[in-house]
Amino acid sequence: MMRFMLLFSRQGKLRLQKWFTSMSEREKKKIIRDMTTMVLARQPRSCNFMQWKDLKIVYKRYASLYFCLGVESQENELLALEIIHRYVELLDKYFGNVCELDIIFNFEKAYFILDEFLMGGEIQETSKQIVNRSIEASDMLQEDDISEWYEVELFG
Amino acid sequence: MSPSVPLQEMIRAIRSARTQCEERGVIQRECAAIRAQFRQADNGGRSHNLAKLLYVHMLGYPAHFGQMECVRMIASPRYSEKRVGYLGAMMLLDEKQDASLLITNSIKNDLSNSNQYIQSLALCTLACMGSAEMCRDLAPEIDRLLRASNSYIKKKAALCAVHIVRKVHDLGELFTKAARSLLTEKNHGVVHGAVVLITELCERNSETLERFRKTVPDLVQIMKGLVISGYSPDHDVAGISDPFLQVRILRLLRILGRNNEAASDAMNDLLAQVATNTDSTKTVGNAVLYETVLTVLDIKSESGLRVLAVNILGRFLLNNDRNIRYIAMTSLQKIVGTDHNAVQRHRGTIVDCLKDQDASVKRRALELSLALVSASNIRSMMKELLSFLSSCPPELRSQTASGIFNAAERYAPSQRWHIDTILHVLTTAGGDVRDETVPNLIQLITNTSELHCYTVHKLYRALLSDISQQPLVQVACWCIGEYGDLLLTGECQETEPVQVTEDYVLDVLETVLQSHMSSPSTRGFALTATMKLSTRITENVDRIRSIVSIYGSCIDVELQQRAVEYNALFKKYDHMRAAVLERMPVIEKNSQGHTNGETIKESQTVKVKPGEPQQPANQVQANAAFYTVFSIVATVTVYEKDGVTVTLSCEKQSDSGLTVTLTASNSTESDIRGFTLQAAVPKSVQLHMKAPSGDSLPARGTAKVTQMVLVFTFADMSEVYETKVSPVTS
Repeated sequence: MMRFMLLFSRQGKLRLQKWFTSMSEREKKKIIRDMTTMVLARQPRSCNFMQWKDLKIVYKRYASLYFCLGVESQENELLALEIIHRYVELLDKYFGNVCELDIIFNFEKAYFILDEFLMGGEIQETSKQIVNRSIEASDMLQEDDISEWYEVELFG
Repeated sequence: MSPSVPLQEMIRAIRSARTQCEERGVIQRECAAIRAQFRQADNGGRSHNLAKLLYVHMLGYPAHFGQMECVRMIASPRYSEKRVGYLGAMMLLDEKQDASLLITNSIKNDLSNSNQYIQSLALCTLACMGSAEMCRDLAPEIDRLLRASNSYIKKKAALCAVHIVRKVHDLGELFTKAARSLLTEKNHGVVHGAVVLITELCERNSETLERFRKTVPDLVQIMKGLVISGYSPDHDVAGISDPFLQVRILRLLRILGRNNEAASDAMNDLLAQVATNTDSTKTVGNAVLYETVLTVLDIKSESGLRVLAVNILGRFLLNNDRNIRYIAMTSLQKIVGTDHNAVQRHRGTIVDCLKDQDASVKRRALELSLALVSASNIRSMMKELLSFLSSCPPELRSQTASGIFNAAERYAPSQRWHIDTILHVLTTAGGDVRDETVPNLIQLITNTSELHCYTVHKLYRALLSDISQQPLVQVACWCIGEYGDLLLTGECQETEPVQVTEDYVLDVLETVLQSHMSSPSTRGFALTATMKLSTRITENVDRIRSIVSIYGSCIDVELQQRAVEYNALFKKYDHMRAAVLERMPVIEKNSQGHTNGETIKESQTVKVKPGEPQQPANQVQANAAFYTVFSIVATVTVYEKDGVTVTLSCEKQSDSGLTVTLTASNSTESDIRGFTLQAAVPKSVQLHMKAPSGDSLPARGTAKVTQMVLVFTFADMSEVYETKVSPVTS
């Protein structure tokens, strides 16, 4: 299973953190520190895999963001790279030519998309279209809900 | 007005802060506002406030005051609020927080909601942070959803079940039947979830594994369908149909086929098909091939298939993509024990990877190279490893050095080659070798008597060029002290002899003594070597005398003590000097882990003398003999006389530390009072004697006295413990 997914910028600022196991705040902070240090220290054309304690770390840089996935030792690293790529594709489809700012200003949407793709440290849905459709439907449900509120508030 | 605007405005405000201090100010103001909003009654902007708080939390600021708000929002009937509430629960609540229990009821209700997106929120949260109690509570609900719901919910319920099984192992039984039936579904998401669930159940329980072996034909069918099916737009990735599901099925097949002939046979054809038909130009194809190779190598596959798998790994090794080379080496590492010859065929490529730019690849190549060293390739491999050592990244140096030493010890084709190799390592990476290298090398040199002349010449030359690598300098000083006379003869068979005078040799030793680069223990080596030369040279003994007397007032206590003792040797015990400083005998080579009860008696470190005046403890022999103590695990009787028995048992605490327990008992008719134990150790060892349990041994063995002694080896020991004790019998 996957243990965590972190997104951070080239300066080491965290943009998204998803933890798939229960951990104390201290442990989380330590992992974030270690990951950012390790990944940012890597040379441009290096191997995307590293060993850290008993976990394999798979990372990839997309534009100004580093996507870092910590997986257990029996996981397939090449597939982990594909998982990262799939998530980027989903974000791209949703935001249209996604960039780091989209993820900063709409971080909760990034989480919602991730929660339709991965769950409990495993892949939940292997089809891009189904994930996209679920997100759209959830968003519409949210819109309906909010417009209801507006009606109530404005018209009593 | 978009509902996210307040959130985005806050984010903009925080980002425009120019200093950390300014940012903290903005955040404090925002948090105060959020807190105030939380306290107010229901307003439409609740979800924005919580979202703001979650952003602040991600920046690393405390957000625990939002926990109760999450609980409230989850209970709200509005989807927008539930959505953010559940997100908050996943981010702020984990099973260690008390507030997490409060959401159990909400989750339970939402699991039966008519809207599948609300059900989905509950399932997702449960799978993310569900505690063991919550899992136990809600497991029946999840089982129900596994059987009767639409595919969107089924796939989520499956992964929720996986989480439950991880948290509460016994609940696996509950999901077995449902998992089985899910395999027959058409929806890929559901099948994937089912495969993950079955994998989890099989890994935890071997009986369940037995039962699920029956699913192998079904799994093979599904895989075949994926591999030979035409283009499916929903699941295609670069020409491979649903690689995620393929990899997962291959992993499950691996677990089911392990150690089972029948299951392995059933999947043989499929694996061959996948291995040959999968397109390996893109990463995704290689991911599937990689998983196939891992499965083939782990089950009881027929030899043709195994050869195919190793060849795929060999192809991976030649791939341009670093990632592929890395995973090829990782896989080869796993099978180097079992399929050694197959991996040896790729040795050349692996050794080339030592020169790769990438640190991860280098590390893997190093491990694999060390595993591939054998008697037949030792010379060529060592050349590669030594050249790697001189250019490798610092974090790999000590691993490389130890690996080289181990390989040299096991496969050295000749003594001279062995010594040369160790010297080469010491010159290149002297700072990264382990502590026992110096005594080990000294032992090796002493035992290779025919090469003494060669060795001392090599070390002398090494010392002339560089005195910064401490282990090398220590060994060199020791050698010059022992075999300096061979340097002065001006003859050597194995190598070009040096033409030196006694003064030159003493100059070199004095340089080491005075250099600021020399560590205290190195200086100790140099001083002792100088002293030893006094019996091996003829003209400059006075110079040695003056060096020794100068160091009699050295600030370093260890050096001072040595110098004073050597001075005494010159002045009062000159008749003994030759005997004391003569050549060391061949040291008995005892390997680690050698339990030899007899050896312990020769190197007794404990002496007990009831009722007699003090006597000096036994002289302890050379370090090598002492090292056998480290390997003694059983209890040994070290003293048995006049009814008093003392036993010694050792427990190894660390590489350099040992706890020795001395137990004394008295089988005579009268009590022994004032009983104490005495211990002496060689200079390289440090002793801490803890307080004994008592000082009287009651008669007839009615009770025992025990004493713990902590023993450490340190290179720079500065004191020798000698506890003098006088026991008195009543």
